[in-house]
Amino acid sequence: MEYFLQQLINGLTLGAIYGLIALGYTMVYGILGMINFAHGTIYMLGAFISLIGYLAATTVGGAPVTLALLLALFATMAFTALWGWTIERVAYRPLRKAPRLAPLISAIGVSIILQNFAALAQGTRAKPLPPVIRGGFTLINSDDFPVSLSWMQIIVFVMTVTLMAGFTWMITRTSLGRAQRATEQDMKMAALLGIDVDRVVSATFVIGAALAGVAGLMVTLYYGVIDFYIGFLAGIKAFTAAVLGGIGSLPGAMLGGLLIGLIEAFWSAYFSIEYKDVATFGILVLVLVFRPTGLLGRPDVEKI
Amino acid sequence: MPAALRDSLLAGLVAAALALPMLGVRLVDSATGLSLAGRFDLVAWAAGLVFGGRLLLRLIPPLPAMPVLPAGFGNLRPAAGWAMAAFAVLLPFLPFADRNVVDKATLVLIYIMLGWGLNIVVGLAGLLDLGFVAFYAVGAYSYALLSQSFGLSFWVCLPLAGVLSASFGLLLGFPVLRLRGDYIAIVTMGLGEIVRVILQNWQELTGGPNGISGIERPSLFGLSFKAVPPEGQRSFAEFFGLDYSGDHRVIFLYFLILILALATNLFTLRIRRLPVGRAWEALREDEIACRSLGINPTTVKLSAFGIGAMFAGFAGSFFATRQGFISPESFTFMESAVILAIVVLGGMGSQIGIVLAALLLVGLPEWFRELQQYRMLAFGGAMVLIMLWKPAGLLSHREPTIRLDGQP
Repeated sequence: MEYFLQQLINGLTLGAIYGLIALGYTMVYGILGMINFAHGTIYMLGAFISLIGYLAATTVGGAPVTLALLLALFATMAFTALWGWTIERVAYRPLRKAPRLAPLISAIGVSIILQNFAALAQGTRAKPLPPVIRGGFTLINSDDFPVSLSWMQIIVFVMTVTLMAGFTWMITRTSLGRAQRATEQDMKMAALLGIDVDRVVSATFVIGAALAGVAGLMVTLYYGVIDFYIGFLAGIKAFTAAVLGGIGSLPGAMLGGLLIGLIEAFWSAYFSIEYKDVATFGILVLVLVFRPTGLLGRPDVEKI
Repeated sequence: MPAALRDSLLAGLVAAALALPMLGVRLVDSATGLSLAGRFDLVAWAAGLVFGGRLLLRLIPPLPAMPVLPAGFGNLRPAAGWAMAAFAVLLPFLPFADRNVVDKATLVLIYIMLGWGLNIVVGLAGLLDLGFVAFYAVGAYSYALLSQSFGLSFWVCLPLAGVLSASFGLLLGFPVLRLRGDYIAIVTMGLGEIVRVILQNWQELTGGPNGISGIERPSLFGLSFKAVPPEGQRSFAEFFGLDYSGDHRVIFLYFLILILALATNLFTLRIRRLPVGRAWEALREDEIACRSLGINPTTVKLSAFGIGAMFAGFAGSFFATRQGFISPESFTFMESAVILAIVVLGGMGSQIGIVLAALLLVGLPEWFRELQQYRMLAFGGAMVLIMLWKPAGLLSHREPTIRLDGQP
């Protein structure tokens, strides 16, 4: 039981991070109908930028840890948002009316470029960061297996919940959110009604990239080691999460992320750690076969 | 002019901001942990390059649109194809073709063959497959394992590997093909990763991350290409009264993949005229119309999936025999992405386009192997630029397989 509880906590932490990345995938897919393959690499850039920002603030600026983390957070969000904006502007916008596969190939190209750019600029070796936030609570002080909840995990939860709440508020209450929902339903009609579609798409990429940047920051702090390759697998898994929850659905992305995190944690704990990715993708295949629109997705009506 | 300048300045500023954290500061590992080193000159370079490039783009008038090919060009197509095939056959005997060139041409041909195989699935049947490398892996491991466990020769294993890959394709295709559009892409990508993870971890069968080495090389009608042929075999050089040279095998392998690739091409060209090939293309265009005409989408799609997988299996066993060593690292998602990029950049469904795209994406970067680190950067850049330049692919113009009024 204690073991189960511990895995539940670990799984939820991991899932929250996947969920944040998945939001970017699902938003872009909802509006443009394209798989933004470069999104995983944005998350990787976010991890690097947060590490650099944190180190710059502490070693160069001499700031205390809390302030350094806040600075790193804002710097990461700002810079990844700019990356997201630029990528959309340069590599996707000219292809908006192109055949369906063109943006996908362009996105794969961007992701290859960014991955190798990071490898060239920062070296291929994994970058370790000693734990910044230590300690936590012991929830159950059992003899055979103490269950603990670290401060870092609490921070991940709180950050994710805060961001999700802010994000939901933005989508449901602000004019930008309304414009986004309108664009998602019908881009042409939204444009006819005076919505600046280009601006909405740009905003979507900016928000998605900033969220992925936060996920990168949290992974840097949580695991303490990053390399230029982390974006690929995390990106695939986050996309899996988005599809699992029902692509285009924002609560679905979060739900899918949590599910993927839980599946991974429990599979690693009870079966085999080597085959955890097989479990993740296996469940994705099963869900899609029996419920092709994902868990919370709307079935799309096919009109002739 | 001021508008162009302002625009370029903005682009330069954005580039500087983008480069600032990633390029301008380098994480340095040291004994005491990570430290930072500034390289702000690089940021200035990046900003300057982007500014200059953007300004040039704005000042130079846009290139005139590609002239529409004259109507007679369609008839030149087969001629171009024949010319390319003839060149490919003659290549090893041309003066500039040393061992290195032939070896690289072999690699390009593997990708051409994979591209032609995937073209059946993506270009003709319109199923977006992001896990094609799984079938390539199945072919490679089938040959390696059959040859090592049962001592079967390459020529026995080649059809077996094709059959195994095709059955694997049918097996995987079954759950996939109920889905539509992009979901197929995701599920195939997931399946491709599953195959790779299994290869990586099933130590007893596949050797895990160490892979399988010492894979048997093929022989030509029992003539070995080794310097010292095994017991009871004669060597190629001995039989033809030549001096032994390692080049013979390289050239033999080149012709082997050339024949395999051309067979794939011929098969595709012919099957497009058969009912099943027409059904693929019809299904790609309009699934609902096909259903109402009595075409069963599942079987038609499955056949495309299986046949595409079969060719990947052939290519895989060739890959295994050429390398003599395989490991899961050769079958990553990146390979699937490269093959798909070749098909899409070539202009979905165009056979010659795939050749051009493979030459451009695989052949060209091979020449810059010394610049290993920048090679992949250029590769990604080429993918983006070609798509921006020609979103429908290099040769997107495609002849319909059938016309109503009976014209050719």
